[in-house]
Amino acid sequence: MIISIASGKGGTGKTTVATNLALSIQDVVFLDCDVEEPNAHLFLRPDIDEVESVERPVPEVEKEKCTFCGKCAQICEFKAIIVVGKSILTFHELCHGCGGCTRICPEGAIREVGKEMGIIEKGNIKGIKFYHGKLKIGEAMSPPLIKKVRRYENREKITIIDAPPGTSCPVIASMKGADFVLLVTEPTPFGLYDLELAVGAVRTLNLPCGLVINRSDIGDDRVKRYAERENIPVLLEIPFEKRIAELYSKGIPFVQEIPEWKERFAQLYKKIKRIVDERDSNT
Amino acid sequence: MKEIVILSGKGGTGKTSITASFASLAENKVLCDADVDASDLWLILSPRIIREEEFRSGHIAVINKDKCTECGLCRELCRWDAISEDCVIDEIDCEGCGVCYHFCPEGAIEFPEKTCGKWFVSETRFGPMVHAKLGIAEENSGKLVALVRQEARKIAEQEGLNMIITDGPPGIGCPVISSIGGASAILVISEPTVSGVHDMERVLQLADHFNIPVMLCINKFDLNIKETERIESFAQKRKIPLIGKIPFDPIFTEAMIQGKNVLEFAPESYASKAVQEIWRNAQAFLTDLGT
Repeated sequence: MIISIASGKGGTGKTTVATNLALSIQDVVFLDCDVEEPNAHLFLRPDIDEVESVERPVPEVEKEKCTFCGKCAQICEFKAIIVVGKSILTFHELCHGCGGCTRICPEGAIREVGKEMGIIEKGNIKGIKFYHGKLKIGEAMSPPLIKKVRRYENREKITIIDAPPGTSCPVIASMKGADFVLLVTEPTPFGLYDLELAVGAVRTLNLPCGLVINRSDIGDDRVKRYAERENIPVLLEIPFEKRIAELYSKGIPFVQEIPEWKERFAQLYKKIKRIVDERDSNT
Repeated sequence: MKEIVILSGKGGTGKTSITASFASLAENKVLCDADVDASDLWLILSPRIIREEEFRSGHIAVINKDKCTECGLCRELCRWDAISEDCVIDEIDCEGCGVCYHFCPEGAIEFPEKTCGKWFVSETRFGPMVHAKLGIAEENSGKLVALVRQEARKIAEQEGLNMIITDGPPGIGCPVISSIGGASAILVISEPTVSGVHDMERVLQLADHFNIPVMLCINKFDLNIKETERIESFAQKRKIPLIGKIPFDPIFTEAMIQGKNVLEFAPESYASKAVQEIWRNAQAFLTDLGT
């Protein structure tokens, strides 16, 4: 089972839900795919025992062989390699690593070299296998790193993916292929609008989803009305409590301090499993 | 002309609520929403759209089944695993690199331009605003961010306005990098939580990496005084100006529900005064930078 936890709007409680859920069930693989700003480790505090450097391919030109024909620059959709007169320039920050320039060069003057884009740290905590990606500062593209983190997902266990905010490519990279998307929102106009966008993304991928409403007693009831209209089940509501907010601010998962929540998160998983099982038996 | 970009690293620290309040305070400005992925500023500023344009960027590969011999070369070359066994390209996975299009021996792949969103120029009660909507699951958000900023700049020049206030996206990746290039300064909105502090440090490193002047403020500072003190001493050590602190206050949410900023909703509140002070300090910081 792969559960991706997403939201559209940032700061609605994705990491809170992901970490508390992970601590309330057994046999978890936890992937923090918010590689720009990973936070789950601050709550789970895993013992990191391995660090893997992740590289992406970028072109390196052997100047002696280059005839400045410009074919590489023509094929590059991202303007990552240009030829001006008798000089050739590469812009690694723009390169998507498609390999087009290397393949098209008639002189064999271009080869691909690895450029570090980030790291994956691996660890363990309370039976949870933990992995997170950390994008290197100044690197623009997170989806390739997210895909590398996702190599560690495991369908035999319960893989929980903590996704980044938004609805564009990094979020898609964190949701695609999941069995279920758990959307976390708050009952405010910003929360609702961004939820609508996130639901659009989930539906583009044709995935089942459900809702957690965090700080459920602030704001208004428009999120609930929307969920009802769109037939999206509300699986859990977490009211605003000063205690929960304080624990969050200190990096303490609140299931550890308020045990009745552990049972609620375990129930949340059961509800998700039921939805996924029903969907599987229908197809 | 000055441009201030509001960032935070972590989402939900109050970027948009604070930007919307600055809209009340700043004069002669253009407002720019650079969070094209989940843009929320319009929910407070209720823009009246006066110009709407398609955002066309990048290409997408499509296999023409009539010409395709299913040789499989495209699938072999595709680095994004976007091409299925039966030679159909997954629109979501396609990166738009054109490798399959260029190397297909049958010329069976088309490579049309893509429309990946819309952008708008609007009028608001606080002046002109440029904003955008990236299509769901689309790429090129960085380019769309660059475009809205460029349009904001054009409007400022045309109308003789000397300030651009840009509401930035969360994170530190492509759209964020695109939102800060050439900006006068960044204002980072932090919050006193372990996540807020962690993400603030990363976004500050990014500002440093691109060598852009930065100032800092703390939202919901009274949520955890210890973490607030940590941010304060961090700012002091790094010589980053800490230009204000805003208390945790439900009026931000209440104002948002009414489609107002806090200065409109509760002008006499402590939170509003704090936001005013931050804006005053930000202006002074921008003035000190010179031109």
